[in-house]
Amino acid sequence: MLEEFADLEREYRAFADEHVAPHAALIDREECIPTEVVEALRNAGLFATGFPSRDQDPIAANLRHGLVHEALGFASASVQGLVNVHHMAGSAIARWGSPAQKEHWVPRLASGEVKAALAITEPNVGSDAAAVETRAVVDGDAWLLRGAKCWITYGQNADLFVLLAATEQGGTAFLVPRRSANLHIEPIRGVLGCRGYMLARLHLDGVRLSSEHLLGKPGFGLTHVMATGLESGRYNLAWGCVGLARACLDASLEYAHERRQFGAPLASFQLVQQMIARMMTEVHAARLVCWHAGVLRARRDPSAIKEATMAKYYASTVVNRVAHDTLQIHGANGCGSGSPIERYVRDARIMEIIEGSTQVLELAIARYGYQERG
Amino acid sequence: MAENIAVPIREFVTRSFSGQQLADEDDMFALGFATSLFAMQLVAFVEKQFGVEVDSDDLDIDNFRSVRAIAGLVERKLAA
Repeated sequence: MLEEFADLEREYRAFADEHVAPHAALIDREECIPTEVVEALRNAGLFATGFPSRDQDPIAANLRHGLVHEALGFASASVQGLVNVHHMAGSAIARWGSPAQKEHWVPRLASGEVKAALAITEPNVGSDAAAVETRAVVDGDAWLLRGAKCWITYGQNADLFVLLAATEQGGTAFLVPRRSANLHIEPIRGVLGCRGYMLARLHLDGVRLSSEHLLGKPGFGLTHVMATGLESGRYNLAWGCVGLARACLDASLEYAHERRQFGAPLASFQLVQQMIARMMTEVHAARLVCWHAGVLRARRDPSAIKEATMAKYYASTVVNRVAHDTLQIHGANGCGSGSPIERYVRDARIMEIIEGSTQVLELAIARYGYQERG
Repeated sequence: MAENIAVPIREFVTRSFSGQQLADEDDMFALGFATSLFAMQLVAFVEKQFGVEVDSDDLDIDNFRSVRAIAGLVERKLAA
């Protein structure tokens, strides 16, 4: 790794070790991210990395951004998720917002003054986002939105939602402030993993929005606005998965050396060595796929969309294999609620479901393959 | 329609649709070739190939529905 990025990696890891990791167990137990963690993220400028900067080389900016998500994923998958959805929503606004929208929202989002979330999923709509049932109709000089969203990460606290609704022209994106009249937010608790995502259902019971809240043009909400957010999310989450996988690997290496069975450290047993070797190689490979995706994103290469998809697909499956082996190495000592290992396993499982399930990504990657074959 | 603009667009479209030969006026969306995935790839291609920026004002299906339409968008962006 270039020394510049090694320094950044150390810097972000140190931040996450000091400000995030100590809260990780509590976040999981209480299903809530403390305000002090969010403030620390803000003070460290970590909300800003997902936004364009004229001062930075694009490749450096993309890799720096990836390293932020890796460090957060290492410390707490829940906190990585918060920053991820903020960057997903923010990237859609930064890319497709009108000049006035960008001027108003981007500085506030980059500073963390405003926290944003993406709202696509509904009770009846998951992978098939084109089928959203939330409707937006023209009502005089405004839009009237009715419907429901669910599983919205950071929905309990976000100040602003980038929300997909169906209109006569097709999927359309709207900026929906949290304080909109007739928007009701209902927390979701008791999920399997990533319990600090602060999930919520959104009930839009006649939310009236002026045309200034339209993001992009009607009919381009899914294909362009949300697609931008989802591409960002896949890139971010892939790095987050690498971080979580590295946490698993570090725990496995440490435990394999300290734990003795049959009169010898676990590290001396060849089947444990096999698991460690597989973990090390896969984590390293996942990181390189993320790295490559970051370079292509910076170059605005059309294949960057494919690379981010492959990065998320690969890293999310790697982290599940790594978490599985980590639990095998720890045995019963990894299963108790006092151990981070059982949390790693639960959090890893979520990674194959969000920002495109493994199976949906497999379909997409295969389509890329057929496309390239010509 | 300038050939130096149309040629790379034709090549990109043909490559994207598994070698399907389309006339410059064929509506890729009406014919069912274009997917949401293609839509984003097309934006990225246009921006990288021609050094222009597609923004929210350009989000009009008439700018993207055919090779000729895309070339027209590029020509207008380059002239601006």
